[in-house]
Amino acid sequence: MTAINQSILTLILLLPLAGAVLVALAPDRAKLANWIALVTSLVTFGLTLHLPAHFVLGRGGFQFEVNRMWIEKPAIFYHLGADGLSLWLVVLVGLLAPIGVVASWNAIQSRRKVFFALFLVQQTAMFGVFLSLDLILYYGFWELSLVPMAILIAMYGRRDGPKAALKFFLFTFIPSAPLLVAILWLYKETGSFDFTTLQILIAHGNFPGYQMWWVALAFLFAFAVKVPVIPLHGWVADTFSEAPVALAMVVAGKLGLYSMLRFHIGLFPVQARAVAPVLVGLAVIGILYGACLALVQRDFWRLMAFAALSHLSLITLGIYGLTLTGWEGAIYQILNHGVVDGALFLLLGLLYDSYSTSQIDAYGGLAGKLPRTATFFVLASLAMIGLPMLNGFVGEFLILLGTFTGVSKGWAIAATLGVILGAAYMLWLVQRLFYGPESALTASKAPEDLRTGQMAVVWPLAALMLVMGVAPGLWLPTIEKGVYLPQSAEQWKGPAVAPPPVPVQSALPVAQDEEGQR
Amino acid sequence: MNSVPDIFRILPEVILTLTGVLAMLLDASLAPKSARRWLGWVAALGTTFALWASLWQLSLPEGTGFYGTVETSAFTVFFHVLICGIVLVALLLSLDTLPEDSHHQGEFYALIVFGAVGMCLLTGAVELLVVFIALEISSIATYVLAGYRKQTGRGPEAAIKYFLLGSFATAFLLYGIAMIFGATGTTQIYEIAHLVPAAQNHSLVLAGLGLMLVGMLFKVSAAPFHVWTPDVYEGAPSPVVALLSTAPKAAAFALLLRVVYEMLPSLRPVWEPLLWVAAVLSMTVGNLAALRQQNVKRMLAYSSIAHAGYLLAAFAGLGESGIAAASFYTAAYAAMNVGIFAVITLASGYDEKLPLIDDFRGLIYRSPLLGSLLIFFLASLVGIPFTGGFLGKLTSFSAAIGGGATWLVIIGLLNSGLAAAYYLRLALVAAQRPDDEKTNAPEPKVGIAVGAALLFAVAATLVLGIVPGDVLHAAEAGAHTLQAPPAEISAPGTAVLP
Repeated sequence: MTAINQSILTLILLLPLAGAVLVALAPDRAKLANWIALVTSLVTFGLTLHLPAHFVLGRGGFQFEVNRMWIEKPAIFYHLGADGLSLWLVVLVGLLAPIGVVASWNAIQSRRKVFFALFLVQQTAMFGVFLSLDLILYYGFWELSLVPMAILIAMYGRRDGPKAALKFFLFTFIPSAPLLVAILWLYKETGSFDFTTLQILIAHGNFPGYQMWWVALAFLFAFAVKVPVIPLHGWVADTFSEAPVALAMVVAGKLGLYSMLRFHIGLFPVQARAVAPVLVGLAVIGILYGACLALVQRDFWRLMAFAALSHLSLITLGIYGLTLTGWEGAIYQILNHGVVDGALFLLLGLLYDSYSTSQIDAYGGLAGKLPRTATFFVLASLAMIGLPMLNGFVGEFLILLGTFTGVSKGWAIAATLGVILGAAYMLWLVQRLFYGPESALTASKAPEDLRTGQMAVVWPLAALMLVMGVAPGLWLPTIEKGVYLPQSAEQWKGPAVAPPPVPVQSALPVAQDEEGQR
Repeated sequence: MNSVPDIFRILPEVILTLTGVLAMLLDASLAPKSARRWLGWVAALGTTFALWASLWQLSLPEGTGFYGTVETSAFTVFFHVLICGIVLVALLLSLDTLPEDSHHQGEFYALIVFGAVGMCLLTGAVELLVVFIALEISSIATYVLAGYRKQTGRGPEAAIKYFLLGSFATAFLLYGIAMIFGATGTTQIYEIAHLVPAAQNHSLVLAGLGLMLVGMLFKVSAAPFHVWTPDVYEGAPSPVVALLSTAPKAAAFALLLRVVYEMLPSLRPVWEPLLWVAAVLSMTVGNLAALRQQNVKRMLAYSSIAHAGYLLAAFAGLGESGIAAASFYTAAYAAMNVGIFAVITLASGYDEKLPLIDDFRGLIYRSPLLGSLLIFFLASLVGIPFTGGFLGKLTSFSAAIGGGATWLVIIGLLNSGLAAAYYLRLALVAAQRPDDEKTNAPEPKVGIAVGAALLFAVAATLVLGIVPGDVLHAAEAGAHTLQAPPAEISAPGTAVLP
């Protein structure tokens, strides 16, 4: 078993890549590429399930670790590991991949080989981001994740693909330049790119004060654009409305939020605590702003983009509220968001494939024609809104609770207002798409409802929404205990993510910081 | 005292010279109408031998030959192998893309090989007059090659421009050499290194350094001496540009490294800020100008100027780390740049039916292989991880940060963000769905030779990005030899202080 535990992360990481190579080399025949991609992503998903099955609860630190030298000078290591934070995210990416393949099954008609090869490369990049514990390796996958996305947006964009792709790429690539400078600067000061080593060194080291602030800011900036945090959200709407469905649902939000928790709060707790109030404010603005804009969109892709902005801002609020409850809720909500958005994007993608328009006005009265689609869409919408018993509720509740008790009642109330607005735009969307009189467009065509293959994907998602809603206890303990988090919010005075090997001295930087504030 | 026969010190150059002469003589003795394509294979074979001979030189004890004028060391071998590799790929590329009926084919191949002689010699020369001669050998061959498409208007223009400006640059270099000779009384690089700190006429040394820098920065097309680059690249045939944009630059960078780190390390406070300025100017000017280009080759010309800037950033690194980083970057840059010009040659043909960026629209739909390769090499030029371009930038910038030049690195990385815009533009245009099937675009044919060339470039770019250990070691070994010159110099000790 140990041999499997040691190589499982490498397998998860490389299998999609191997699938991509296979797709590229395979002959260009009918739907061969689709099948290879489907099988690869299903097997990969199976492999990711190994992680929660063999994750030892209560053992601190990273598990399934691999740590080998990659490049001697500068000292870069192939260092992978999973903890409670990354564990479920890896499973989520594994789950969404086959769904993405199914969503693209008929939508992608030309150059299937290129599409599926790049789709699988994208998956490797995502796994890499969640699993890498060496900053250069992490940065590598972070950047790599941009390329397939940009190319596929350009290739399959609905209206002006290349423009949206360029916007997406530059928005995320340029902020990562300061990130790389910051990483290199850390290396110069410490001689290490290793996450765990750096965590200890930064917590106990004496660094020239203001420089570390710049470094922390560079990290935060890169992540904030990726999430996105207002006002850095310029790329979102175009990307969502142009990106192929499969990619939009796989990519949205997760990378940036994870990186904030792991690498911003994790490495620079003192600096993170200082900027947290700003981010809380921006997050609340983002929740309301995103929700208001979602209300007035005429195009459902753009509506989903602004809804995502609103939801991702809520998660950001949970993260930078810096309460344990908030963090639990945030991580849980990242998973929820993945599942629910996955389902909604899949269903909207099917509508778009049938009617070739994303104008909401053009639809109406589809519930009679597409009863299955309508049912699942309503279910996913309710989960997104945060109806109790469905998964969205648990995450939102925890985040809002954490904010209310740990940050400020005012912000929590404002954020709750955004949740109400969320119910408004989602229900209104449901009403306009599926109810009311049939529009000219929907009357003109009678498309097929969900087929067996698609049902096979939607059912598990729906079940997951329900199970995650009624039994969050299956997930929360791993999240709570597996992550390097302090046991309660009151204890959280020092580095948010106290490095386990040296717990005694973890109060040290706090003292310095408090002195600095006085 | 020196047991290695002198001829072994220049064995690769000798092999290349013989190959070139052979190709030219065979060309002359063939019947006018007979096929001459196989002469390219002769040249490629000779280059392979030269590459092998360079590797064999590693087994020689490090040292100089011919009265202390040429050296073999890990440093020279690194650049010899790099240059021979580039020349080999350029030859393979020309083999399949040069039109069957083009005139003087034998001459074409011979010129490429003669150019390689000069470039190889340039990296091994440790005496300034040999440096000058080597530079001239390589330059004259490349001047002719630049104008090889003389039926088009652009070809001769490119050649003349390159020739006139290049001659000026070598004149500057020669003048600089003369001044340094005037100040120290010798042209042997190690002796100069010893004598410069004590030289009485310090201003003469400084003037010499300045003039030599002008000449070398011209050759590596660093701003502000870059104006020739876009015109020459636009006019020269694409396979030649694949060579021009990499091999002579690699050689010139080797010379630059030797001059600043080995000959004048004591003048670091003088040359370092100058190279800083050149680095920042090259990156910024190159990228800003590239953003505005419509012509693919001109865009890539400006991109190569920008890359010269990133490479110059490595010179802010101290000692070995700087040299190793610069050497590695040269290799990474060569691999991806040769690769992208190979793809462009194939996609648009020898006569360049697709000169503009917009002409590449839908390349990935027309030819998935070429489209994917184009995007791959562009990704490497952008600096996407797991390609040579990324690790090159990483080593270069981390050396610069190690040398304390954090600002330079910030400028460099912001520049590479800017650069992503124009690389991406080409990549995304190639990925875009075409409006209609364009008919005037040539059907790309990938033959054996050019297939091998592409494979070579892809493999090199990937190896440098994923398993760069060996190359990094080689670069470090080279850097080490450059920093620690051999104790004994087989030169007559004629140095006299003026």
